[in-house]
Amino acid sequence: MITRILAIASVEILIAMRNRWVLMATLIMLLFSLALTFAGSAPSGMLGVDMLTISVASMTTLSVYLAPLLALMMSFDAIAGDAERGGLALLLSYPVTRGEILLGKFIAHTGTLAFAMTIGFGTSGAIAVWMGGADANSLLALLRLVLTSILLGSVFLALGYALSALSNSVAAAAGMVAVLWLVLVVLFDLGLLGAVVMDGSGIFTQKVFPWLMVANPADAFRLWNIAAGEGVALATGMTGAADSLPQWAAPVSLLTWPILALLAARFSFSKVEP
Amino acid sequence: MIDDVLTIKGAGKKRADLDVLCNVSLNLRAGERVALLGHNGAGKTTLMKSILGLTEIDDGTITVAGAVPGSTPARQMTAYLPEAVSFHKALTGREQLTLFARLSGVEKSKVSPLLSRVGLNEAADRRIGTWSKGMRQRLGMAQVLLGRPKLALLDEPTSGLDPVSRHELYAIIDEMATNGTAVLIASHTLSEVEARTDRIAILRKGVLVANDTLEALIAKAGLPIRLRLRARDGDTDHIMQTLGGRRINGVSVELTCINSEKMQHLRQINELGDMVEDLEITPPKLEDLYRYYSGEKLQ
Repeated sequence: MITRILAIASVEILIAMRNRWVLMATLIMLLFSLALTFAGSAPSGMLGVDMLTISVASMTTLSVYLAPLLALMMSFDAIAGDAERGGLALLLSYPVTRGEILLGKFIAHTGTLAFAMTIGFGTSGAIAVWMGGADANSLLALLRLVLTSILLGSVFLALGYALSALSNSVAAAAGMVAVLWLVLVVLFDLGLLGAVVMDGSGIFTQKVFPWLMVANPADAFRLWNIAAGEGVALATGMTGAADSLPQWAAPVSLLTWPILALLAARFSFSKVEP
Repeated sequence: MIDDVLTIKGAGKKRADLDVLCNVSLNLRAGERVALLGHNGAGKTTLMKSILGLTEIDDGTITVAGAVPGSTPARQMTAYLPEAVSFHKALTGREQLTLFARLSGVEKSKVSPLLSRVGLNEAADRRIGTWSKGMRQRLGMAQVLLGRPKLALLDEPTSGLDPVSRHELYAIIDEMATNGTAVLIASHTLSEVEARTDRIAILRKGVLVANDTLEALIAKAGLPIRLRLRARDGDTDHIMQTLGGRRINGVSVELTCINSEKMQHLRQINELGDMVEDLEITPPKLEDLYRYYSGEKLQ
């Protein structure tokens, strides 16, 4: 089983490298995090001790959008593309299970994302250290940002596979992941915000809203990074929601999501008749 | 039967109330080459995918050397060449074949000889995206040869191949059969598989309408033999009065008869002596035979 998963994974890594996905993802992360690091240091007027803390806060906001986007762009083609090209039937005629194929792709794509996140965010950290704008706490926040970004990306990779398996064509898969991104990353928050405004400070705002928020992987990612780093929380002004939830809520949500999403992908893949 | 590699009994499959496969029964013994013919949409690919376990059938049973289609033992014994096979463009031929070798538990050392076997050793390290269709088809054949399958399912294996490559492909198929692999070859042209298969099965709208050797099919069909005579100037009418038939181009007469009447006709023609300048006998064409079984009107 392991050999087959690794066989699929190694081929997928080759493909990601040849398609320039590794390069593109890394460049995107690098450019954005460098821009935020330098832009983030501007308001403080000089390169102070808080340089990395501020840039981690900005990068958290960035990663909420970018990690799901990169992940979905890598994964929407994974099953629909193979099926459309006619390679999936051949692959499935070999003694490899659908679960093994999924895990192989998942490992390769998560690895690609991890590489991009580490290089991108890591460079910011390195620059901040070099300029003396980092301390142990902000480095810890950076490490947390890298790891949770990879987790967030992995959730959307698996969700991308699920949609890819559900759709009949690559074009349909692309459309579906775009809708998913919009709903989970943008509209969900707007909807919650609207509900809070309507409700005032009623039961919904007090009890339901924080839980609904943490149930969304993108928000769980935000909350985890914010709740853990006081400086980050102050910088993003999102302490309210984070305070009303137990400490474990966001980590549990973000750690459970990849597993649930992979199960969903496995289920929808099982319905595919190549 | 113990030596049956593939057993299909009463297989049926419906899609949106339409019978894609209807009560299909077919057996393949080790080393047997069987052609599976039918129009596009006759159910050939569906039948192959059912044998692979990729498509579930609604009725009947299929076993691959005793194993359930799609189970690990069945997959280990079965090789498949999809119609218009495509591989990932970014990979090289060697990488793609190595992946298949790893998935089926075959040693990597087998990959290079196989690539040479199908004439791809020079292109092996170039990306498949730069290959011609024929080269991709050869790679498809190379992966069929991995791990000595007991059953090989080839869906339109000759599509996109030039005559020389086609010849080589059939040499490979013969070699597999000699080594005991049962080979099922789907095609929509009988002339392509004619001399290269031991048995011919024809699907029409999901129903197996023929399953026999070529000779037996010809005999069963009783298709007409065409006799065309060229008459000496002015004798066409006389010939037509004696033999019947119809006039072609003014000077020729065409008759059709079934095999058992052929000699009788030839004797009559012989008696006409010099009035007949030339005689051409055309046995039923393979395409006619195929049309007969696939339910089309003969031309």
